[in-house]
Amino acid sequence: MMFVAAECTPTSFKDFTLIMPAISVGNVGQLAVDLIVSTLNMCRVGYIHTDCLIPMAGNNPYATFAENANDLSTNAEVYSSPELRLAVLQIRTPIIQTKSKKFCKLMVSWIKASGFSRTVVLSSSHAYQRDDQQLLGSPLRYLQTPSMQKLTGDRLKEMEWKEMETVSTFPGVTDSEQRLYIPGGGATKGLFTDSCAEDIPLVVVLIFCSEGDNIPDAFTLLNHLNTWLHLVDAPAQTQPKWRIPASWRLLFGSGIPPALF
Amino acid sequence: MATFFGEVLSVYSRAVEEDDDDLDDENEDERIHREIEEKREVHIVWCPEVAQSLEDSGSNTLQCSDLIIAVGTNAAGFLSAYVLNTESWDAVGHVSLWNERSRGSSRQSIAPLPGEPACLFYRHRDNPAVLVCQSTCYIAEDQLFQWTEKVFGCLQKRGLSVMVLSDSPVAEYKTPDYLYGSAVPFLRSLKSSASKGQALCPALEQPNILTGLPAAVLSHCQVHQIPAVLYQCYTDVISPDSITMETYKPALLCLSKLVKLEPCLSADVLRKFAIITEAQSNLYT
Repeated sequence: MMFVAAECTPTSFKDFTLIMPAISVGNVGQLAVDLIVSTLNMCRVGYIHTDCLIPMAGNNPYATFAENANDLSTNAEVYSSPELRLAVLQIRTPIIQTKSKKFCKLMVSWIKASGFSRTVVLSSSHAYQRDDQQLLGSPLRYLQTPSMQKLTGDRLKEMEWKEMETVSTFPGVTDSEQRLYIPGGGATKGLFTDSCAEDIPLVVVLIFCSEGDNIPDAFTLLNHLNTWLHLVDAPAQTQPKWRIPASWRLLFGSGIPPALF
Repeated sequence: MATFFGEVLSVYSRAVEEDDDDLDDENEDERIHREIEEKREVHIVWCPEVAQSLEDSGSNTLQCSDLIIAVGTNAAGFLSAYVLNTESWDAVGHVSLWNERSRGSSRQSIAPLPGEPACLFYRHRDNPAVLVCQSTCYIAEDQLFQWTEKVFGCLQKRGLSVMVLSDSPVAEYKTPDYLYGSAVPFLRSLKSSASKGQALCPALEQPNILTGLPAAVLSHCQVHQIPAVLYQCYTDVISPDSITMETYKPALLCLSKLVKLEPCLSADVLRKFAIITEAQSNLYT
């Protein structure tokens, strides 16, 4: 089973933009998606119910007041904002390792069946595996499928976004085969290659980062995305204001025993 | 990563396994993967009477008004002491599965031995629409979804409501205040959207989450709009323990509406279930 609509909400994603995270190093994509849902006050319209993800349940991660605090939320939920023609998928647990391929297939077929006009995958990659050319300059990269290229043309290049470099299969050997390599990117590469094959307009936006407090990375990635999609208005030369959801509290554990001091 | 003092630490990713990036060469292993998957399949084994009534029902489902699931030794002990203590309960089935930590329960046809970690179903003789499940065995992450699909696949969705009792270590509970010993154990609740009743204890606060079988069951109920309520007990004792078991007592109010319970609400009953493990773990016996 895959997409299940939440109670009494007719859903159509025709010509919507879909933003989804890849489960990747530092959970940057997921953090960024949390910020989008929380800031745009998006409504949950359905669930992705699949055996590819580890089960999880909790109360509403985006609660703003006591009345909406006790809505059960699951491991993968779809949020929507019809006026922005935007749908956001949040995934809250890792993909079961042996089911990564199946998950990519399911996602791609759902994207295709729902009629999204374009899909943006927010992702990250191990900073320590960058090669010499990647070490300098911006840590942000993008990748687009051929059918996305047809849609946007050179828009991203004109915005001075940098395309993800390919690496040689056998480093040091001249003229060796070039390949796409996204270490720590989880299902990013699978989603991208499957979308290329299925002719789906999809963009991967990723950041090189290391495991740790990845909140700053999420803000960097999202501000970068906002320069293209304008999810939130920001006056020139200022950064947009994102609302941090309630569930980000206690990221580093519980309170400290007062007897320590 | 180097620390402040210069030691080099290897850092593991919370999100991804390091070797999951290259899945291209998997074709030759597909057969092996399939075999492993077959081995890890979850089977529900019903007793002959239930299997017969499943067949007779036409839709291959049982009429069930209430499903009560206890996950963990304390929750299971609580049910044994207060609910399953009368003669009017029959063991009607069990779940057989294999994984790294539950090897024993792979014997499909044989019901688990008493005291062995297992996942057992009981049914009340006077009210066969009430089904109780005690789960004390480990169910792996990749088997949880299947467990819910298979168990709920046997039950009629209409009129079904679910209650889950579950144990959890207090170390997993996040709170801005420091928890003093006297506050533990305590109970928190979580409800699916279809559940309209009032919970008997405070709701589970963000950013706390559930994992494992309770999460799988609640997710299933949420997605399929089945009313479900969960009571999660946070405790600082690992072994079965009478004080922890007593924490589930508020749930009795709901349970007593479903089936007639013996009025034996004393700690002695609980102690009986706690003592079984105590004797084994004592260095001097």
